[in-house]
Amino acid sequence: MSALNRRGFIYSRIAIAILICLVTALIPAAVLADASSSATAAAGWFHSSRIAELVGIVIAVLVLAIAALLVKRGKRLQLRSLPALDAVGDALGRATELGTPVLYSTGWGGDMGRPTTMASMGILAEIAKRAAEYNCRLLFPSHDPLIVSVAQETVSQSALAAGRPDWYRADDISFVSQSQLGYAAAVDGMMAREHPGAVFLRGSFEGGALILAETAHQTGALTIAGTDSTIELSFFLVACDYTLIGEELFAASGIVAKDPAAAAAVWSQDWLKYLVLTLLIVGAALTATVGFNLFQWTAK
Amino acid sequence: MSLLETTTTALLTLAIYSFLAGDNPFYKFAEHLLVGLTIGYTLVITLKSVIWPQAIIPMTRGEMPSLVPLLLGCLILLRLVPRWAGWSRISLALVVGGGAGVAIPAMLKARVLDQMAATANGVTSWAGWIILIGVLATLTYFVFTRAHRGAWGTSARIGRYFMMVFFGATFAYTVMSRVALLIGRLEFLMGDWLGILRS
Repeated sequence: MSALNRRGFIYSRIAIAILICLVTALIPAAVLADASSSATAAAGWFHSSRIAELVGIVIAVLVLAIAALLVKRGKRLQLRSLPALDAVGDALGRATELGTPVLYSTGWGGDMGRPTTMASMGILAEIAKRAAEYNCRLLFPSHDPLIVSVAQETVSQSALAAGRPDWYRADDISFVSQSQLGYAAAVDGMMAREHPGAVFLRGSFEGGALILAETAHQTGALTIAGTDSTIELSFFLVACDYTLIGEELFAASGIVAKDPAAAAAVWSQDWLKYLVLTLLIVGAALTATVGFNLFQWTAK
Repeated sequence: MSLLETTTTALLTLAIYSFLAGDNPFYKFAEHLLVGLTIGYTLVITLKSVIWPQAIIPMTRGEMPSLVPLLLGCLILLRLVPRWAGWSRISLALVVGGGAGVAIPAMLKARVLDQMAATANGVTSWAGWIILIGVLATLTYFVFTRAHRGAWGTSARIGRYFMMVFFGATFAYTVMSRVALLIGRLEFLMGDWLGILRS
């Protein structure tokens, strides 16, 4: 990524974050009022019960801005490696050598508004780019037509970035079914017939998670999973070769891309975790010693 | 259920279970039937409960704002025409941006602020202290800009143990519920269909 593109990427992230902040915090109360309620809604510019979220988002934006500035001044932000991400290259190489496709699923249950799906699209972009470089076919079955549209855009852009626009096949990124078990049955059938060399299960998963992971294992695919769905994580840990646990999925796109701007986003998340750690320790100490509730302002 | 319904359901159940022996024509038939039925069902529900009452009917009454979501939906359909596919990005940008705007503050409240309050305020009991230690240790595991060495590494390892306990418990809990589903299917096959089991 050129310096100009990187700067544009950073500024666009900050602009999006500020926009989200403004939309959610300053949205008129009348818009959010329940139309079925008998109460009379009054138009206003400030949603007073969302101050805690506003403060949280403003802090997050500030930390992200600092990280972006540091990257702009040339600071190299080091991220620790994750085995599940180190294995991505091996998985793609294996599928290429075997002459089989790779299968990528964002799971069932999430839509494009869900952060997990957005994070998964970041990883898909990098995997698609490498798959295009290796000339390895990529299958992407989805339960949501909007996810299909976004995935088609993402993969076609990755093919362009890899210098292989001819590699992109829109038909391989397809809608399957909105039913949970219908989706699981269709993807199982796809795995049994196409014999993918690698299966990436990254996104929101529900009841069909074990069915997908177990079928991938049975077909001999190298399986790399990642989700923030807490119950399904235990199935992935048992049935998959590698698993990204919860937050690791959100950091993965930054780590796998080896891009300073994306690393800045992960770095800012870490500083927010330090802040949470500090607040937890201080809050617990105040509760235990003087019975003061540090978080009473968040309970509105 | 009538005998025909019971037999059809039982045969389709067996067709799906036949995948355990590998891909076969019976599974393919059941899979395609399930996928086709669910798509058809979703299409009818969407037409009947979304597009007709929330877009078409209001327009016939002259309520033109309902035209906006309908147009945005039509823009997505333009993906089918390669020359105009770029127009679909307007709708996609609205969905992704709007979705993030709604989801992020809600998740910040539910998954961060409320959890922090519950964890810090729970230290009035021994269980609360254990939860606090578990949360702090698990958080250290998820820091990516710092290597897991020394005291930080020890804390991250403790966090990993806490997560392993959680995953073990959820795995056992969910496997039990899946076994209950299997028992339900076997009761149906051997009781309702074959009549071997008597309730």
